[in-house]
Amino acid sequence: MSDRELPAGVERREFDGTTRLATRGESVYGEPTEGEWRAWNPTRSKLGAMLDLEMDTGLEGGDEETVLYLGAASGTTVSHVADFAGPTYAVEFAARPVRDLLEAVDTRPRLFPLLKDARKPETYAHVVESDVDVIVQDVATRGQARVALENRRFLAEDGRLLLAVKARSEDVTRDPNDVFDDVREELAEGYELLETQRLDEYHTDHLGIVARPR
Amino acid sequence: MTEDSAADTGWFAGLEPDDLKAGATAIAEGTASEPADWPSRALEAGFASDEDEYYDRLHEATTAATRAAVERRERADDRQLVHAIRAMDDCHRTANELAERLAEWGGTIDPEAGTGVAYARELVTETDREVDHPRVRSLAERVVSLAEEAEELREYVERETPTVAPNLAALAGPVLGARLISLAGGLENLAKKPSGTVQVLGAEDALFAHLRGHAPSPKHGIIYTHDAVRGTHPENRGSAARALAGKLSIGARVDHYSGERKPELEAELTERIETIQSRTVDDDADETGGDADE
Repeated sequence: MSDRELPAGVERREFDGTTRLATRGESVYGEPTEGEWRAWNPTRSKLGAMLDLEMDTGLEGGDEETVLYLGAASGTTVSHVADFAGPTYAVEFAARPVRDLLEAVDTRPRLFPLLKDARKPETYAHVVESDVDVIVQDVATRGQARVALENRRFLAEDGRLLLAVKARSEDVTRDPNDVFDDVREELAEGYELLETQRLDEYHTDHLGIVARPR
Repeated sequence: MTEDSAADTGWFAGLEPDDLKAGATAIAEGTASEPADWPSRALEAGFASDEDEYYDRLHEATTAATRAAVERRERADDRQLVHAIRAMDDCHRTANELAERLAEWGGTIDPEAGTGVAYARELVTETDREVDHPRVRSLAERVVSLAEEAEELREYVERETPTVAPNLAALAGPVLGARLISLAGGLENLAKKPSGTVQVLGAEDALFAHLRGHAPSPKHGIIYTHDAVRGTHPENRGSAARALAGKLSIGARVDHYSGERKPELEAELTERIETIQSRTVDDDADETGGDADE
């Protein structure tokens, strides 16, 4: 495990004797800080878990990297993304968590909050630029593969989709493996899957997927 | 916005760069079928002099739009709902009470007098009817308009509960959800109650009779009106009510503390209730309480 695999701006650093992922930015959710660095908690962030489990996310970091984040919730993960990446569009549909997200937005001038439904990209296509480098998706709704396909229009040809699938959002009664199979199959309509890995170490019944548009 | 302009117009089209309010409105209300390289287009259009300035303006406008939208959505508050559901019940009750009075009075002068709100409607709509007592007719009109007001209040509740408490509304139905909020005295109060209390909300008389020691504990309060309880064999209703109350409590807590929609709660409830309903009555003796949610 070397830092070489992590995007620029993300490092493994010591917090109270434990090595943890970290980015530089204002504290958002009471996470531990060391100087200007703040710990990135993989149990509260699926993207954090994907990085911690060393999935090849293709994230590079830096001011030029553009990100569309679907399902930003209260900003736990998207604040870390905005810390290491460039212009970051944060889409979230529920009003209550967005109130908290706005706090994280205040200190991050390249983080753009949008109170929009990720299933309706036409309601934000007039704001979000085309050819973003990365789409991060973490939406707890039925039809997660559909959301990824609908939003493919924003992604650059060589861009990456980083998707955390929550099996229980699709169907609580089915075996998560069956749910994941269906999601993978539907996703293949528009994406080539590069890597998949269960995130159970940090998130029960979640599958991490790295894909690129086909 | 027409199809044509939606196809290739960014949020900044036609805006003065420093008109933050118009920018926020465009973010909130605009649409486009496909994204485009908006930063470059904004520079071409003279909306910003360089990319940094564009992103600064975008940050300002998205923040303003989102803050306004959040405030507007959150003002849809639970107090409005509590008043509406109580007014709805008052209108129903009063309409029924007056309808009873009307039926008794009408019976003395109208050989075809019916009963209830239906009779009041007959009197109002069938004008050729031989009831030439202006006070009886007027009373009938009051009854009908009260019943109509109750219906309109119900529509309001059905529309508003999903905004105030989306998960609770989905689990309980909007009217029962609003009643629970009303009985608890607000969404926050409901979210803070243990699910055992939610289970018997609306059965306070029976509960206190039980606590005083001369009655069995009530199995359910107002949640009795939910299909999950009513559709279950009486032997298993305690289990069903307990399972339902547990999910309703979780729903109310998610609604109050996070506001995120969690559709899996409904699926979990359906699954649990199916398990309970498929039990044979004999198996019930094994049920020792403390239903796990998983």
